[in-house]
Amino acid sequence: MLEYLLKRILYAVPIALGVSLVCFLLVHIAPGDPLVSVLPADASQEMQEQLRAAYGFDKPLPVQFGLWIWRALGGDLGFSIATGRPVAAEVWRAIGNTFMLAVFAAAFGFLVGAFLGFVAGYYRGTWVDRASSALAVAGISLPHYWLGMVLVIIFSVQLNWLPATGAGPGGSADWEWDWQHMRHLILPALTMSVIPLGIVARSVRALVSDILSQEFVDALRAKGLSERGIFLHILKNAAPTGLAVMGLQLGYLLGGSILIETVFAWPGSGFLLGNAILQRDLPLLQGNILVLAMFFVTLNLLVDLVQTWLDPRIKRG
Amino acid sequence: MSAASAAVSSEAGQVPVASRGYWSNVLRRLARDKVAMACLAVLVLILLAAIFAPLIAPGDPYRGSIIRRLRPIGTEGYPLGTDELGRDMLTRLIYGGRLSLFMGIVPVLNAFLIGTFLGVVAGYVGGKTNMAIMRTIDVFYAFPSVLLAIAISGALGAGIFNSIVSLTVVFIPPIARVAESVTTQVRNLDFVDAARASGAGALTIIRVHILGNVLGPVFVYATGLVSVSMILASGLSFLGLGTKPPEAEWGLMLNTLRTAIYVQPAVAALPGAMIFVTSICFNLFSDGLRSAMDVKL
Repeated sequence: MLEYLLKRILYAVPIALGVSLVCFLLVHIAPGDPLVSVLPADASQEMQEQLRAAYGFDKPLPVQFGLWIWRALGGDLGFSIATGRPVAAEVWRAIGNTFMLAVFAAAFGFLVGAFLGFVAGYYRGTWVDRASSALAVAGISLPHYWLGMVLVIIFSVQLNWLPATGAGPGGSADWEWDWQHMRHLILPALTMSVIPLGIVARSVRALVSDILSQEFVDALRAKGLSERGIFLHILKNAAPTGLAVMGLQLGYLLGGSILIETVFAWPGSGFLLGNAILQRDLPLLQGNILVLAMFFVTLNLLVDLVQTWLDPRIKRG
Repeated sequence: MSAASAAVSSEAGQVPVASRGYWSNVLRRLARDKVAMACLAVLVLILLAAIFAPLIAPGDPYRGSIIRRLRPIGTEGYPLGTDELGRDMLTRLIYGGRLSLFMGIVPVLNAFLIGTFLGVVAGYVGGKTNMAIMRTIDVFYAFPSVLLAIAISGALGAGIFNSIVSLTVVFIPPIARVAESVTTQVRNLDFVDAARASGAGALTIIRVHILGNVLGPVFVYATGLVSVSMILASGLSFLGLGTKPPEAEWGLMLNTLRTAIYVQPAVAALPGAMIFVTSICFNLFSDGLRSAMDVKL
């Protein structure tokens, strides 16, 4: 077990390196001189030389990559072109908001999705199954940025119940746990929850209906076990895979929040990324994507470890 | 694929009752699936409307009018209203299908070709080649798909071509993974050994036996990605990374109409409804195809 753990963690290292290489190369696939793309347009000759030396843009690419990683490990992700502030600080400030949004969305989406999937799998072939499966397909087919707009139209424009944008009254970015702030969270979190809801419902339905068709369930029934007992058995068997699906979905929410944050002007890392794209602020784009991708890699690793811990039979290569 | 089914039917020829063959069975099952057929009909309708847009659209998708901006649905002469520049919504929605469908299908098609190639090579050759290909693919798989698409598009800059490149890169890893795992399974089956023992070369085995078994499941998987591709491509346009104004594309229209939700909410929501309908039809048709072909992934 310990050996497996170490192997799995060691396996994540080259992946993390590869992911950072892709992020590093982003600035180099951008059209134009990478130096120009990390500098403000009105930079002086002197400033250019200074940066060229500091960032090692005159050195060969592998050396540049090494230097870049070394600085990134020390928490230096460069400076934003638009604001001149350090990228690491900007991303760090925003990512908390994204995390909060993703956790609320995930909690709601997972609960409803797992419930729908379970009911559909348990009453396979009935109208309950068809209705909840239809809901699940609709969930995965929805362009969620559009759903966000529709919810804003209904709850903000027509009914005027909930605020359309921002994370607090008056566009304040400082979060507090009161109703004034919480009501800003409702619409974006609800919109975001639709993505994992559909996928979790589909996976749980497949899992439950697969488990129900196994012989041990018939044996339990024949033995006279109550439906509640059978439910617990299904839950125990579905948990490892179900939790793995949910873990990955949480990661997708963290990394894919840009569209929803843009619709709701939610001051998270996705919103920051959207601004970086609009202003072609490549250092901010690169740093932001590196941090989000690393979160995802770590989360993947955690999901694998938890899954193995829950079900030691699973040992993925 | 044709070679494989020909082999099956020549075998079946020795049995007194000729078998129908795999593909005609699949088509028969698919034809009985009411949901899949209804979705196919809707998709064909949208596709035909997009192809023949100049013939059926009532107006010009680019001609606006300052005095006729943001008319509601049901206005005379503008059955679905007008957009923020006074352009006819019905016309733009019909024209919009062209780019939106194109951006949904082309990246998946590219990724289908490249990903299947990589997966089959990795699975068939094995060893170090497999390691090199599959570990590289793992790296791209380690990004959430939305993030990867936005990262590449954001670095390359806006434009249809750049969006297609970034979405192709997003879809290669999952397709290659499916192709690799099916290839590895098939490669070790007895009939491949038999073919090899009877003197078939590597290319023949790949063409006849491997591809014959791999293309089906990978194709089904790829049809399920078209809706993802459409939503992502529209999302890129929505962020200003895909098509540029004044082009008619559903994602871009949704973006430019965002400011109009206080004036004409129903009109502003129309392009998104089109994306939703098309993508749900692709998903349901893909589900139908999957169960008709009896593919488990």
